Amino acid sequence: MKARVTVMLKTGVLDPQGEAIRHALGSLGFAGVTGVRQGKVIELELAATEAATAEAEVKAMCEKLLANTVIESYRVEIL
Amino acid sequence: MSEPQITPDLVAAHGLKPDEYQRILQIIGREPTFTELGIFSAMWNEHCSYKSSKIHLRKLPTTGPQVICGPGENAGVVDIGDGDAVIFKMESHNHPSYIEPHQGAATGVGGILRDVFTMGARPIAAMNALSFGLPSHPKTAHLVKGVVEGVGGYGNAFGVPTVGGEVRFHKSYNGNCLVNAFAAGLARTNAIFYSAASGVGMPVVYLGAKTGRDGVGGATMASAEFDETIEEKRPTVQVGDPFTEKCLLEACLELMASGAVISIQDMGAAGLTCSAVEMGDKGGLGIRLQLDDVPQRETNMTAYEMMLSESQERMLMVLKPEMEAEARAIFRKWDLDFAIVGETIPEDRFLILHGNEVKADLPLSKLASSAPEYDRPWVETPPAPALVPVPEIGLLDGLQALIGSPNHAHKGWVYEQYDAQVGADTLVTPGLPAGVVRVHGTGKALAFTSDVTPRYVRANPVQGGRQAVAEAYRNLTAVGALPLATTDNLNFGNPEKPEIMGQFVGALKGIGEACIALDMPIVSGNVSLYNETDGQPILPTPTIGAVGLLKSLDELIAGKPETGDLAVLVGATKGHLGQSALLAEAFGIESGDAPPVDLAAERRNGEFIRANRKALRACTDLGDGGLALAAFELAEAAGLGVWIDANDIPFLFGEDQARYLVAVAQADLAGLQAAAKAAGVPLALVGQFGGETVTLGSESAPMAELSKLYRSAFAAALGV
Repeated sequence: MKARVTVMLKTGVLDPQGEAIRHALGSLGFAGVTGVRQGKVIELELAATEAATAEAEVKAMCEKLLANTVIESYRVEIL
Repeated sequence: MSEPQITPDLVAAHGLKPDEYQRILQIIGREPTFTELGIFSAMWNEHCSYKSSKIHLRKLPTTGPQVICGPGENAGVVDIGDGDAVIFKMESHNHPSYIEPHQGAATGVGGILRDVFTMGARPIAAMNALSFGLPSHPKTAHLVKGVVEGVGGYGNAFGVPTVGGEVRFHKSYNGNCLVNAFAAGLARTNAIFYSAASGVGMPVVYLGAKTGRDGVGGATMASAEFDETIEEKRPTVQVGDPFTEKCLLEACLELMASGAVISIQDMGAAGLTCSAVEMGDKGGLGIRLQLDDVPQRETNMTAYEMMLSESQERMLMVLKPEMEAEARAIFRKWDLDFAIVGETIPEDRFLILHGNEVKADLPLSKLASSAPEYDRPWVETPPAPALVPVPEIGLLDGLQALIGSPNHAHKGWVYEQYDAQVGADTLVTPGLPAGVVRVHGTGKALAFTSDVTPRYVRANPVQGGRQAVAEAYRNLTAVGALPLATTDNLNFGNPEKPEIMGQFVGALKGIGEACIALDMPIVSGNVSLYNETDGQPILPTPTIGAVGLLKSLDELIAGKPETGDLAVLVGATKGHLGQSALLAEAFGIESGDAPPVDLAAERRNGEFIRANRKALRACTDLGDGGLALAAFELAEAAGLGVWIDANDIPFLFGEDQARYLVAVAQADLAGLQAAAKAAGVPLALVGQFGGETVTLGSESAPMAELSKLYRSAFAAALGV
C-alpha cells in the first residue's frame, strides 16, 4: 500500500521560498502570478493492508517527523 | 468590518489588569475600540513598557566619556576613537524559541541585527547565550537542535560572524529555555541614526517585507507565564527570511548615506504600533497612519492585525519629502516594499485610519509616558545557608565530572554550525575567552563576550550580579582588550512574586556596582520577566554582554601554551567551593554562598594582565570549574599536557574571583613576578605545560583520553 503526504506551510505563515518563486516567475515574464505557496510531497511504501490502519500510522508519522505542525499542515492520501 | 465588543474577558485576554483598564478609560474618557485595546495592550505589556523594571533600571550607570548613546534607542553607541563607533545590544527571544525553536531563534537573531543596523551600523559580530533544561528532559534535544540551527541558519545566511556565546543546562529551564541574542555593528560617529521624528507633515514610510498575521498577540504572550494551555494561545509563528534582511540592511545603509532619512525605527515586538509611537513620542509629534497603504501579504487583514503584526524584516522611517523619489528607487533596486503610510502631525494624536473609518484615535504621548509603572514589593534574598560538607572525590574524578558534563564539555557541536569567519575579519573564533573581530580597514579590533553564572545569582543576587560583570571584564581582558561598555539581558521569573523581584533588585545592584568600578557602563539592554512554567521560575539569569577595544592588533593575547611554558596563577585563591561547578556536576549539590567579588582586585588584576601582555603567551580567565578546568582547557586547545602542583580540591576547583591562568615562557617569569610585586597582584607558579598527560597533584591521566571525553560529552549527553 502506498501513501502520499503533502506538507504545506500553514495559511498565513511566511513562505520565503514561495516568495522567491513568485519573484522569479515575474522576472521571467509570467505576469499575473499574485501568490505562490510551495511545500513538499512525501511518498511512502507501507506494509499495512488496511487503509484505515495505514492512514492512522502515516498521521502519527506526520505528527512526529514529517511535518513541523507548529508552522506546517499536512494531508494524507492512501493510494 | 465590525470589531468585537470590549468585555472584561477580552481585556483580561489582552493581559491588562482591571486597574490598568481603568487608567485607559481615564486617559481617553471613553471605552476604547478593539484596535485601541490592542494598541494599549501592546504598549503597556511588560515587554514594551518595562513597567515592573523601569524604576530599578534607572539606577544603572549608563554614562561615561566613551558613551555616545545609552539605553533608550534601538541599541547603545560607544566611541572607539578615530571617528568610529561600535553599536550593540542583546535581546531575548525566549518564548518564541520554546514554541518553534528554529524560527524563534532565527527571528531573535534577525531582530537584534535590525536593532543595530537601524542606527546606521553594519553588523560585524553576533553572539548567543542559550540556556536549556536538563539534557535528559524530553524536549531539550529538540530545542537545542532547533535553536542552534536557527541561529546558524539566519546569521550565516545574513552574513554576520557568530563569535561567542554560552550554552548551559539546568533543570530550572526545562519548561522555559532562554535565547539571548547579541549583535554589534560599526558606524562612523557622525552618521548615527536615531528614532526621534522631527518636522510636521513629513512622510512616514514603511520599508522592507510585507505585513502578514505573524505573531499577532506575540508581545502579549511574551509577558505571560507559560501553562498547559500554551498550545491554544499560539499565534501564527513568525518566520524569518535572512536574505530579505540582507537586502534591507543594504537598502537602509544606502538610503542613510543618501541623506534622505530623518529618523528610523525597526519594527520588532508589536511592530507598527510600537515603532510609530516611539518615533512620535521621542519627537514630540503625533502620527497619522492610513492602513490601506501598508503592504500586505494576506487578504482581509484588519486594523487590529496590522497594528499588532510582528512580521519580520520591516522598518518605519520618517523621510525628507523632497527625497522621496530617490528613496523609492533605492528600495525598488533591492526589491523591497516602500510605501508612504502616513505623516507626522503637530497635535498629540495617534490616528489610525482604515478605509474611511477611524480605527484608533489616541493621545500618542500618553501611550508611552503614561504606561503603568510599578514599584513591585520585593524581599531581599536571605543569606545563603552554609555550604554542606563537601563529599570526597578524587582530583581527576572531579575534572572528569566537569569535562564530561554538557555544561563544561567542548561546545564545538554548537559553534561549528555557526559561521565565525564571514567577513574575513575574525581574529579569535569561539572557544576562547572572547571573540575578536578586526575593525575593517584599521589596525583596531573589538572583543566580545557574554557571561553570567545563574547559580551564583540565585544564592546571592548582589554578588552574582557583580560576578557576571566581573567575568565579562576578565574574558575581555584575557584576550588583551580594554573593556568599554556593557549590554544586559535580564531574564527572571514572575516579578509579582516578592522573592523574584528581590532577585531582580539585588542582581541589578550588583551589576551597577561592578559596572561603575570596572568602568563599563550599560548602554543598552532588555528585560524578560515571567520566565516561569507552572509556577517554577528559572534561575535568575542576567546575561551580561560586553565589548572591549584593542587599539592595536599587537595588544591581542591569543597564543597557545608551548612545551615548557609555566602555568602561572594571577589573583588570590582561598578555595571557595560554595555554588561551584564541581559540586553541581559531580554531586548535584547547589549549596553555599556565591563567591564574593572584590571589584578593586578585579580592576587591579585586569590592569596587570593588560600591562604585561607581552610576557603572556596565553591567558584565560578562571570561571566556574576553577583552576583545574582552566588549566585543562588551555592545555587541551594547544594539544599539550599540563601538570598542576596541587593536591587539594578547594585549590583546584574553588571559584574565587579576580583570577587568571597564564602561560609564561620560563625566561619571562622573573620579570612578571617583579611586575606583580610592584602592582600588588598575587602571583603563584602552579605548574607547567607540556607532555601528553594531565597531572593534578599525584594523579595523572593521558590527555588524549580526557580530550576524547571533553570533545564528545556534549553530543553524547544530548544524543545528537
